[in-house]
Amino acid sequence: MTEVLNKLIAHSAKRYGADPTTLAAGDDIFEKLKIDSFQAVELMSELELEFDVEIPDYELQGVNTFGGLAEVIAKRT
Amino acid sequence: MIEWSLKEGVYELVMSTEPCNEIGETVVEAFERFLDTVDTDSAHALVIRSGLNSGFSAGADLRELYRQLSSRPEKEHEAALREFIDRIHSMMDRLDMLPLTTIGVVNGVCFGGGFELALTCDILIAEKNARFAFPELRLGLIPGFGGIPRLKRDTPNSVVRDLLLTGRSINAKKAQAVGLVSQVVPVGEGQRAALATAHQATKFDREASRTCKRFTKRLPAAELAEERDIFVRLATRPILKLALKKFVESDDLRPYLP
Repeated sequence: MTEVLNKLIAHSAKRYGADPTTLAAGDDIFEKLKIDSFQAVELMSELELEFDVEIPDYELQGVNTFGGLAEVIAKRT
Repeated sequence: MIEWSLKEGVYELVMSTEPCNEIGETVVEAFERFLDTVDTDSAHALVIRSGLNSGFSAGADLRELYRQLSSRPEKEHEAALREFIDRIHSMMDRLDMLPLTTIGVVNGVCFGGGFELALTCDILIAEKNARFAFPELRLGLIPGFGGIPRLKRDTPNSVVRDLLLTGRSINAKKAQAVGLVSQVVPVGEGQRAALATAHQATKFDREASRTCKRFTKRLPAAELAEERDIFVRLATRPILKLALKKFVESDDLRPYLP
């Protein structure tokens, strides 16, 4: 789980030009990365390819934080 | 804005209507203009792509649909919806049957009506960030621009049900695995790959290509007519107006997510 979280934060930070040291498990992904809904859709595809998983949208309902997203990804790896 | 040009037998049509090529009056009018003027004698192929980073198309312009329905009395809604859906179907059918080899380049969001537009193409090339979905059931609807019969034409029914009944989105790799997409290319490479594919089409005898297309890609006319009727019946229920109102008035940053 920690490994997934670290990789998720590293990928997101690199992709959207954020400082990875300022991103934490409890942070809101949209607020921290300042991304809109289209970029969120794009990020989902990138993460699926990066982690070689499939993440159905309905499993992301209510998931707003890096930690929450890492947990969903970890369950599928 | 939609622009097209013809060069060396290949039309390139680029959609750049912010925020993500929502299909409303402006886009439909532009496609109709293109279809009225396309020179199928000089051209062999057509590439359809987005000029926006946000994606190929986020689907029907729901804000416009909401405004149009709200401005008319309730008793006129069914006729207005039928007129709207018949016009879109006519445009999609003409694109589908165009006697050119048509190649769609999908990047980013390809949802709902945008996905239906992509399905009119003969060949789809997806950039790695492409994402396909039919979220219509969230509005109490089914796709109404011809998407179900066209998806059924190209993929197994199990894929159709998975996409429709869950409303989930799938990435380019999955879309290729289920047979929707011919090639997956890196982000930014779609245009080049599509033009290379289109130029390959120009090498073939035109009559043979057209005959081959007619033989391998039939218009599922009966199912398209049935879809129109189902769409209008579902769309005239109060649930659509409530869902549209929620969508239009929402300040959620993530209206395209469940």
